[in-house]
Amino acid sequence: MSNNILVVIEQREGKVLPASYQLFTPARALASATGGQVVACVVGDAVSGLAESIGAHGASKVYVVEHPELKHYRASAYTSAVTSAIEAASAGVVLFPTTFMGRDWASRTAARKRGALAIDCTEASARGEDVLASKSMYAGKLQATFVLSGSRLRVLTIRSNVYAAPAAGGGGAAVQKLSYSPSDADRRLTVKAVTATSSGIKDVTEADVVISGGRSLKSEENFQKVIFPLAQALEGAVGASRAACDAGYQPHSRQVGLTGKVVTPKLYFACGIDGAIQHLAGMRGSKVIVAINTKKEAPIFKVATYGCVADLFTLVPLVTEEVRKLRAH
Amino acid sequence: MKILCVIKQVPDSNAAVRVRADGKDLDPAGLKLVVDPFDEFGVELAVQLREKGKPVSEIVAITVGGDKAAEALRTALAIGADRAVHLCDPKFESANELFFAHLVAAAVKKLGESFELIVCGKQNIDLDAGAVGPALAEFLDLPHVGAVQGLEFDEAGKRFTARRRIEGAEEVVEGALPALLTIEKGLVEARYPSLPNLMKAKKKELKVLTSADLPGETAAEAGTVVETLTPPPARADCRFIEGEPAEMARELVRLLREEAKVI
Repeated sequence: MSNNILVVIEQREGKVLPASYQLFTPARALASATGGQVVACVVGDAVSGLAESIGAHGASKVYVVEHPELKHYRASAYTSAVTSAIEAASAGVVLFPTTFMGRDWASRTAARKRGALAIDCTEASARGEDVLASKSMYAGKLQATFVLSGSRLRVLTIRSNVYAAPAAGGGGAAVQKLSYSPSDADRRLTVKAVTATSSGIKDVTEADVVISGGRSLKSEENFQKVIFPLAQALEGAVGASRAACDAGYQPHSRQVGLTGKVVTPKLYFACGIDGAIQHLAGMRGSKVIVAINTKKEAPIFKVATYGCVADLFTLVPLVTEEVRKLRAH
Repeated sequence: MKILCVIKQVPDSNAAVRVRADGKDLDPAGLKLVVDPFDEFGVELAVQLREKGKPVSEIVAITVGGDKAAEALRTALAIGADRAVHLCDPKFESANELFFAHLVAAAVKKLGESFELIVCGKQNIDLDAGAVGPALAEFLDLPHVGAVQGLEFDEAGKRFTARRRIEGAEEVVEGALPALLTIEKGLVEARYPSLPNLMKAKKKELKVLTSADLPGETAAEAGTVVETLTPPPARADCRFIEGEPAEMARELVRLLREEAKVI
């Protein structure tokens, strides 16, 4: 098996997902331990213009697979495309970001190549030819370290925001275009439409800041009055506990938790959320957690960085005001 | 339309888990096990398609797991599956979703069955990975749509339109059967099986396949092994901010900016 490390860049509509660049940090560490090269690939329609800035983040070579039929993500077609890059790069390790697309794409790719797979890793390191990967399991109650056999293609997805992206600054990466001709199998699905679900407010999985509210918000209106202004002030997303979603205060697309979405933002506000296991499983990987709750014994304070024992209806608007003042300067 | 529902038995998310003495797997003693909630949505979907008059000829549930996993299949049968297949052998034990999918694919081929629709959860709550569906689709050479939140079939039950939520957007995907779909929360609500249906489930066919039926499928082929399973690193103790609400707000924002450097 070769030692080259292939970083898979996720893009939609020609925009690179910033978390893709974070992959270069573990990729470099793996490459320096094994003596391989860090290379990257990008798949889509008319995406060769992205190659230069991808190279600047630390790839010695960027493989571009572009075709009008690769405009939208479809697992089988994208797997065919990335497989050609894996072969051209003689990659031994492939890194994807942990996203809807990354989980799906990495799984199908690992299956096609009969590789070894680890999803949503918070750490990846080399031990000889093997890769050691750590990840959270059982609703965040345990941390597992897997050994991915060096005799296989090692495929990993890396959780967002656990590694910082290296500064862009390099350049002069070689760019190699790889041809792609859609097979009948790749054409079995058609993406008819992609529509943004939220205007102005980001999705919880893509925001650096998430402001979540619990059932104690008591209504959708109170979310609008108390939670949304802070999210707007911090350019963040709005999340909610399962209880708040089940009560209809927010759509399930905003539910943070084991059966909702798992988020790992830089800053997470839990407002009036007690911290059931299923909620903690969805947010305990956040870098900084602020808990606002009237009950000092609430489990949320066990994972919080900063705690405020206070009524959220009083405190959150004051925090919003302070943030606005700060932003005005 | 013959439907295969792939299910997995997983620890209840509210129950405590203990690590086995060798530190490589869970201690099974006293562990409360349930059908993975996302997989359960898949069984529910299959039963609802039949109830809505779609041409569903048969619903088969399949799992890989130890003796206890038969309980998960009985639950699927009580929800409304017609029969079940249990891949049960110590050689099949591995915390590896690609291997799980490979076993299911091998069983489908061994039984010589052809399914028009295969459903499973978008991910399982134990490993939190989501590889079973995409990998199974690959092994069976089927197209798949992941994390489906909306689904419509044409009258004949041959073509479908699936809606899936991705980061910040919704995608509408069309395709024809055969296909595999992984199910996101919100598509259906799982029912509680009634007592008569629980009784009926005991009489439905449950076929067991072992490594004698699937030679060559052993956990050594999985490609990954668990080296350690430990409690997560503890987070630093919470720092409580005291004072009147206005002071609290000022101090919190100051700490977030100057100490944590996140705003």
